[in-house]
Amino acid sequence: MADKTPATNGREATPIVHMDKIEKHFGNIIALAGVSFDVVAGECHCLLGDNGAGKSTFIKTMSGVHKPTKGEILFEGKPMVFDSPRDAMDAGIATVFQDLAMIPLMSVTRNFFMGREPTKGRWPLKRMDMQKANDETMRAMRELGINLRGPDQAVGTLSGGERQTVAIARAVYFGAKVLILDEPTSALGVRQTSNVLATIDRVRKQGVAVVFITHNVRHALAVGDRFTVLNRGKTLGTAKRGDITGNELQDMMAGGQEMAELEGSLGGTV
Amino acid sequence: MADVAPIVADERLKREGVVTTLMKRPELGAVAGAIAVTIFFLFTASPTMFTLSGVMNFMTPAAQLGILAIGAAMLMIAGEFDLSIGSMVAFSGLIFGAFVVTFGMPLVIAIPATFAIAAALGVLNGTIVLKTGLPSFIVTLAFLFILRGASLVGLKIATGGSTQLRGVRDALSGDWLAPIFSGNAFTGLFTYLGKIGVIDTFPNGTTKVPGIPVEILWFIAFALIATYVLLRTPQGNWIFASGGDENAASNSGVPVRKVKISLFVLTACCATLVAIITVIDAGSTDARRGFMKEFEAIIAAVIGGCLLTGGYGSAIGAFFGAIIFGMVTIGLTYTNFDQDWYQVFLGAMLLAAVLFNNFIRKRVTGER
Repeated sequence: MADKTPATNGREATPIVHMDKIEKHFGNIIALAGVSFDVVAGECHCLLGDNGAGKSTFIKTMSGVHKPTKGEILFEGKPMVFDSPRDAMDAGIATVFQDLAMIPLMSVTRNFFMGREPTKGRWPLKRMDMQKANDETMRAMRELGINLRGPDQAVGTLSGGERQTVAIARAVYFGAKVLILDEPTSALGVRQTSNVLATIDRVRKQGVAVVFITHNVRHALAVGDRFTVLNRGKTLGTAKRGDITGNELQDMMAGGQEMAELEGSLGGTV
Repeated sequence: MADVAPIVADERLKREGVVTTLMKRPELGAVAGAIAVTIFFLFTASPTMFTLSGVMNFMTPAAQLGILAIGAAMLMIAGEFDLSIGSMVAFSGLIFGAFVVTFGMPLVIAIPATFAIAAALGVLNGTIVLKTGLPSFIVTLAFLFILRGASLVGLKIATGGSTQLRGVRDALSGDWLAPIFSGNAFTGLFTYLGKIGVIDTFPNGTTKVPGIPVEILWFIAFALIATYVLLRTPQGNWIFASGGDENAASNSGVPVRKVKISLFVLTACCATLVAIITVIDAGSTDARRGFMKEFEAIIAAVIGGCLLTGGYGSAIGAFFGAIIFGMVTIGLTYTNFDQDWYQVFLGAMLLAAVLFNNFIRKRVTGER
């Protein structure tokens, strides 16, 4: 499916985003206890972890929703403080959350340019450039391998995978340098999943740094260049493609012991 | 949302036919309804209904309602209701009447001043809804009573005990702005058309229809502008987005609050426009003006394809919804039916429209 060419091999790339020993406390709950993570242009860095491992808190910190309690965020080598998701977006960190921020009743084009409509003409005849919007939408979608029936198709009629692709295409079109995908494959069927994974691969080849959050090891292995496992608010280390097997990742996510026992009784199918 | 992402059998959908494409237009129901109602009256009403004077007869109330309905439709598309429109007509009428009669202002001052007060009330409505997060239904229901009551009390103060304020016509005789808000337009053209025999005249040579009542022109112009704004401007996109999913819209950079407050201002200003037109026309204002108009406007908007949940609808639909309203109310007087059937008729239309819209929405989005 995906090309197996880790972008990091053979050259020393500076990370676009480097999260250094991030801690996040909510009252007396320690959600993140010193997580370090970085991502370079053109790679897909998978962040794995079971439910409650701190994945959501971590990406929300990265995308400007939360401020870290301790630790530093380096963006293109410089320390940065994001006060809001808008700040992070303006810097080039786009997050595609599970709700996709799309409106089913509106057309693909209207969703694609929602809040950032291209215009032509002068006031009072300043109007939306529908031709341009339609063309750009179709082109952006084609680049990610999806031929839309028409730009006026309602998003509600798209399949889950296609919707995910519209959200990704939109983020890339508006200049995302870092694309954070929050469990993009969690609600999808087999074929749709492979489409989304292929999309991730295409986006990576365009030079975008992709942070792929998932709890599915097979999906991660399909496209990931590096893998970081979160467990109980801590990183259990980062591994490169080829240095680690699926079973090892699985064990790390589950915290080792219990999973091994379970797997015995399930015949190694999990 | 993640849990609703449906797993469709195939990536590629079937090609759609002309019918399906048409079905996706929100105004389809209203256009079809207008055609059906026209056919109904062609068979049952006396032929005078569809003469020029008959058409003006039902278009005038349709226009007055339609101006309100288009405003209501735009607000509904943005996901909010304004139940205070009808009371706002009475309240603006009082303010306007008082400015003109009691304070003797010329229209050039009275009209902007009335609009300014209405706009302020629209901002108040919108701000309360957005700040508290309460449903606009309940907030504007409160204003339905507040404004109606204030109109009654205000009229009594202004007139010394009466609920009707007269003397607007005398106060405005000769005002250069009056023809824009009252009377008929294109009278010269109509006289000419009467002379050359294109339109009917009375035996003495004056035309049966002196011109087009100005409210009809306001109505048509407003429908066109609203449609343009909704379909062809970024602001229109924001209106649909705000009503479709407030969170998704504001996460994508749509100024949802501004959009909604502007539309509350718009509905208040629509009510004011209708108030000014009717007050100048009648030469007086009273506290029952605009009674129940909020419901009629919302019904017209729903017949026009607006979903009660927001995010979908059209101004052209509301335009035809209002025309259906006008045809049914006035049209029954041209038939042998009891006039009071009209409420039954409208209730049935509303029910049919809601069922139809619901069905369409499922077809269009292919989900939920």
